[in-house]
Amino acid sequence: RGNLARVQHILLVLSGKGGVGKSTISTELALALRHTGKKVGILDVDLCGPSIPRMLKVQDRDVHQCDSGWVPVFVDQDKSISLMSIGFLLEKPDDAVVWRGPKKNALIKQFISDVAWGELDFLIVDTPPGTSDEHISTVEALRPYKPFGAVLVTTPQAVSVGDVRRELTFCKKTGLRVLGIIENMSGFVCPHCLECTNIFSKGGGEELAKHSGVPFLGCVPLDPQLTQSLEEGRDFIQEFPKSSAFPALASIAQQILDGTS
Amino acid sequence: MAEVPGDCPGTSSAQAGSATACQGCPNQRLCASGAAAGPDPAIEEIKEKMKSVKHKILVLSGKGGVGKSTFSAHLAHGLAEDETKQVHQSGSGWSPVYVEDNLGVMSVGFLLSSPDDAVIWRGPKKNGMIKQFLRDVDWGEIDYLIVDTPPGTSDEHLSIVQYLSAAHIDGAVIITTPQEVSLQDVRKEISFCHKVKLPIIGVVENMSGFICPKCKNESQIFPPTTGGAEKMCQNLNVPLLGKVPLDPQIGKSCDKGQSFLSEVPNSPATASYRNIIQRIQDYFGLHHSQEEKII
Repeated sequence: RGNLARVQHILLVLSGKGGVGKSTISTELALALRHTGKKVGILDVDLCGPSIPRMLKVQDRDVHQCDSGWVPVFVDQDKSISLMSIGFLLEKPDDAVVWRGPKKNALIKQFISDVAWGELDFLIVDTPPGTSDEHISTVEALRPYKPFGAVLVTTPQAVSVGDVRRELTFCKKTGLRVLGIIENMSGFVCPHCLECTNIFSKGGGEELAKHSGVPFLGCVPLDPQLTQSLEEGRDFIQEFPKSSAFPALASIAQQILDGTS
Repeated sequence: MAEVPGDCPGTSSAQAGSATACQGCPNQRLCASGAAAGPDPAIEEIKEKMKSVKHKILVLSGKGGVGKSTFSAHLAHGLAEDETKQVHQSGSGWSPVYVEDNLGVMSVGFLLSSPDDAVIWRGPKKNGMIKQFLRDVDWGEIDYLIVDTPPGTSDEHLSIVQYLSAAHIDGAVIITTPQEVSLQDVRKEISFCHKVKLPIIGVVENMSGFICPKCKNESQIFPPTTGGAEKMCQNLNVPLLGKVPLDPQIGKSCDKGQSFLSEVPNSPATASYRNIIQRIQDYFGLHHSQEEKII
C-alpha cells in the first residue's frame, strides 16, 4: 500500500470559503495532537497559496529525495510533526504557481503517493478554498486509503456559511465523512476592556451544523496572540495556553481523538 | 476532457502532440493535428461584445477571504451612486440581474437551483462558463465592468485574462489584509499580473485595524508583522490605494445584501472606501486624458 501504509488516520480540512482559517486550524490541530503524544504529518495541497511552511517557521527548508520518494520536512527535533508543501519546491517565495487544472492534479497525485511519511498517527490534509480540481483530485487519490473524514471550517457570517453549505454537498457526493464544523473567528475580546464584539457575526457555523445534521466541534474566537504566533512560526499551544483560543482548539483536538477510539 | 499528463507542453505549444509527455495522452491526435493550437474564436467575439463597456477592472488577490467580493460589491455600489452612469439594454443575450437601475450582476449563483448545490467542476468546465459570461451576457452600454475573482492564480485567472486579451483590461485592484500570511500570497498575484502584462491600478489593505466600539482603543487583529501592504507596495513599486478598517457592520450589510456605504455613511470604513473609489476613478480619468493626448 506504499507511503500511506503506516498512516493511521487521514483527515481533510475543507471549506467552501477562502480565508476562514483552514491552514490556521490545520496547523493548530497538528500542534494540539502533537502535545497529546501523537505523530502528525501535514500535507498542504494549496498549490497557489501554500501558507503552512511559514506558520511552522520552516519556509527556508528544502525537501530531499529518498528511495520511496520525497522526505517530508520535520518541523521539530523530535520529528513528531512533518510537512509537505509546494512552498518547499519553489525557487523564490514570491514565485507564482500559475497552473491550470491538469498540472495541479498531477502534482497532487504525486504529493499523495510519493511522500515518505513513515509512521504517523494522523495525516492532516490542508486544502485551498472551493470544490474544484484540487479537491476532486485529492479525494480521488486518497480513496484507496479510506480517509477518516473531513473537518469543515467556516466563519460565522452568512456569506461564508453559504459557501460551506456547498462544501457539505461536495462531501456527500464524494462519500467523505464529515467529522464536524468549526466556527472560526467567532467573536473578538478587546484586550483593553474585555468587551466582546462579533466582528464577523455569530452563530452561523453552529446553525449550519444543526441544519445539516453534522457535529458542531466548537467556536474559535479571534485571538491576536494566535495570529501573532502563526506569523512568527511559534508553537501557540505551548506558549499561550491561557489565551482565549486555546480551550476551543484543545477541545476540537480532543473530540477528534475521541472519534478515533 | 480526459486526464492529461503532468508534463503536458500545452495545447498551443509547438510541441503539442509530439512531445515525449504526449505519448499515451488521449488528446494526442487532436493536438498533433494542430486543431487545438489556433486562437479561440471566442476571443474576437468577446472583443466585439466588450466594445460597449468603457472600463474593465479585475479585483484580485492571491489570498482567500481578504474581501475581494465585499470590495467589488461596494466599488460597484459606489460607482453606481453617480446617477449620470446609465445602462442601456440592447440586442439579445443573457440579461444581468439588476440590483439598481444602473447596477447589474452576473454570477454562477443565479444558475444554481438550491443554496446547497455545489459547482464541482474541473478547470476546463469552469473556463467554458467564464467564456459564456463574457461572450453571452448582454451588458448593454456600461461605464464599468468589475470582475470579481476567486483566490489564487489558476484556471479562472488565466482564462479571464486570455478571453479579455483582445478587449483590453484597464487594470487590476489587488486586495490584501495586513499580515504576512496574506502578503505572501498577494506578492504571487502581483507577480502573475506582471507575467500576463496586466496593469495594476493599486492595492487595498482591508481589515486594517479594529476600533473597539466600547473603549475606542485600536487592536491589530491581523497584525502587519512585516510592514503590511504599505511596505510591500514600496518594495514592489505598486500604488497603495488605501486601508479599510474592520467594522462589524460591513459583514452585516453584506449578509443582508445592502450597501454598507449607504447603511453606515459615518463609519471610518465608509470614508476609506470612498477615498479608494475616488482614486480608482482618478486613475481612469488620468489614463483617458493620456490617451487623448496621444491622439
